[in-house]
Amino acid sequence: MSVANPILEIDGLSMVFGGLRAIDDVSLHIREGEICALIGPNGAGKTTIFNCITGVYKPTEGRVTIRRGGGQREAIQGLKPNVINRKGLARTFQNIRLFGNMTVLENVMIGRHNALAAGVIRAIARDAATRDEEARLIDDCRRILVKMKLDPFINETARNLPYGAQRRLEIARALATDPFLLLLDEPVAGMNPHETKELEETIDLIRDEEKVTILLIEHDMSLVMNVSERIYVLDYGRLIAEGTPEEIKGNPEVIRAYLGE
Amino acid sequence: MERNKLLRDLRSSAIIAAWFSVLLFPLLVMKVSVTGGQALVRFRWERLPAIAVAAFVLSFAWRRALEWNEARGDKPSGSGPIAALTVKARSALALRPIRLTATLVLLAVAAAYPFALGMYHTNIMITALIYVILALGLNLVVGLGGLLNLGYAAFFAVGAYTYGLLWKYAGPAFVSAGLDPGWLFWIALPTAGVLAAIFGALLSLPVLRLRGDYLAIITLAFGEIVRMVLQNSGEVTGGATGISLIPRPWFFGLRLPPRQAATYIYYIAVALVALTVFVVRRIEDSRVGRALEAMREDEIACEAMGVDLVRNKLITFSLGAFWAGIAGVLLAAQTTYINPDSFTLWESITVLMAVVIGGTGSIPGAIGGALLLKLLPEYFRPLAQYRMLIYGIAMILVIIFKPDGLLPRNRKKYTFDGSPSAVGAPVAAGDQEARR
Repeated sequence: MSVANPILEIDGLSMVFGGLRAIDDVSLHIREGEICALIGPNGAGKTTIFNCITGVYKPTEGRVTIRRGGGQREAIQGLKPNVINRKGLARTFQNIRLFGNMTVLENVMIGRHNALAAGVIRAIARDAATRDEEARLIDDCRRILVKMKLDPFINETARNLPYGAQRRLEIARALATDPFLLLLDEPVAGMNPHETKELEETIDLIRDEEKVTILLIEHDMSLVMNVSERIYVLDYGRLIAEGTPEEIKGNPEVIRAYLGE
Repeated sequence: MERNKLLRDLRSSAIIAAWFSVLLFPLLVMKVSVTGGQALVRFRWERLPAIAVAAFVLSFAWRRALEWNEARGDKPSGSGPIAALTVKARSALALRPIRLTATLVLLAVAAAYPFALGMYHTNIMITALIYVILALGLNLVVGLGGLLNLGYAAFFAVGAYTYGLLWKYAGPAFVSAGLDPGWLFWIALPTAGVLAAIFGALLSLPVLRLRGDYLAIITLAFGEIVRMVLQNSGEVTGGATGISLIPRPWFFGLRLPPRQAATYIYYIAVALVALTVFVVRRIEDSRVGRALEAMREDEIACEAMGVDLVRNKLITFSLGAFWAGIAGVLLAAQTTYINPDSFTLWESITVLMAVVIGGTGSIPGAIGGALLLKLLPEYFRPLAQYRMLIYGIAMILVIIFKPDGLLPRNRKKYTFDGSPSAVGAPVAAGDQEARR
């Protein structure tokens, strides 16, 4: 399968838990600069695919390769999550996983962990370079927070944020790691229509201004149909359809998967 | 409503009093004395009302305290006279001149201590300061990294034995070369720190994937293994008899009399405590410290944000162990004698207790907790046989009434004060920890 500019390719991916084949021979690809959605009924294996891509699980079979900026293809399956993150894949979580007792600013600062270099010795010495680095860090983080419209909450403790803001903070934290591909796991779950609309704009903005490709899992069909250019549909761990929102809407297999016979 | 509660409490306390009277009857009222092959039971009835009254009063007080605590829990913690006072003290300490004065006063008190109170108190203080260093080190592991470590005494032992063994094996060579063996202290100090840190890294490798109770069990086992190895490799470490006649630290070639030596070691201990506080504060407030904190909050999210957990845990255990090593050398120098019995599980638990009672994660808390736990028993010697009982009660009281510890952590938060020109000044106004 040769596609123009695939920055992520999944080839024959399977994940077996004991006797359960959670993902069965899934192949898909993400092109540079697109917004792609992964949908499917509950338990279809969407989050499992995310976990395989980001290193939380080691896939049983198959390959996951990335290609950043037209460079060499690189296999990443089986690497550790922090290594994969360093290679430019960042994610959010379905059940929000913020650092609850830290401030909004600090959450984003953790995202920039690998953009800094100071180790223990430099932390103790606190030389000019380290102080400079910290100053720049705060500056960078603030810029990200402004972009995500989180700057009013900047000094707030993360767990005290309204639900919608917590979801956005997860995205901000992921963006802080300088990814080329952002994986969003149900970014609007639990949001009201107004918040959903806002996030829709944010997702477009991230793609257009930050030049970050986006793969998202979502159950909110209005969001999926509005923002995504291509959709993959998963059912019982198998890929059952792929196409533009229009094609997916009319696909009988998809309708069957969602509504039954 | 309030009346009903009161009546209910009174009734429950009365039941408790009756129950305790029955329960303690055979223990405190009956007395069997055997004389001439005849058992004679004597009833000391006069004790019964005392038991009942004591049980009633204690039970009632406990119930009221719990209710008071529950009612208090609804209010934000920032209310009440004590909280207001701490806030005031903290904002005062944020001002540079006040902070400077406070530090100077503290230093002056610390400097005058051995002269004002004499050798006995100085020696007690040295022991307490050793525990302060231990608590500060463990606080990095437990408070900042969130990794429970019950084998902390092992690193303490590594430090002490580094000095002890250095003396045992390199000491004679030193003496025959005409050098003062007191120099060994200054060689042992950094060596012990580094060695303990290496041991910390070694321990961190097998426990990388463990959390909570599993981590506690493995670290506990590690601590016991180290102690057992020290105890059973007699030809190298002296076994259960340990190593004695360890020299005191070098002081310009002078052989100090015990009193002066204690004062000297006291000053070294104070300096080391200051160094520990300085380093721990710097680490907390840095990229490394933030990563440790994030790891404690959520390991999965932390790893997904690119933080290397393996490295993080290695750093945590090593940093914590480093200070235990330093404290170990001090202990060996102060007591001039070490054996494996000084490094039992009980030592680890005492240090952990100091951290928890003081306030997990809090530097003033660790200092206060260690001082409290080491100084009070010394000055209440007559109550020594009840020490465990008092520790237990204190622990229960702290956990119920002050779960964050006596001097809870007031984390320095990275904040942004709004004006873009101030970017680069990540210093929070007024919410820094009181500088020691």
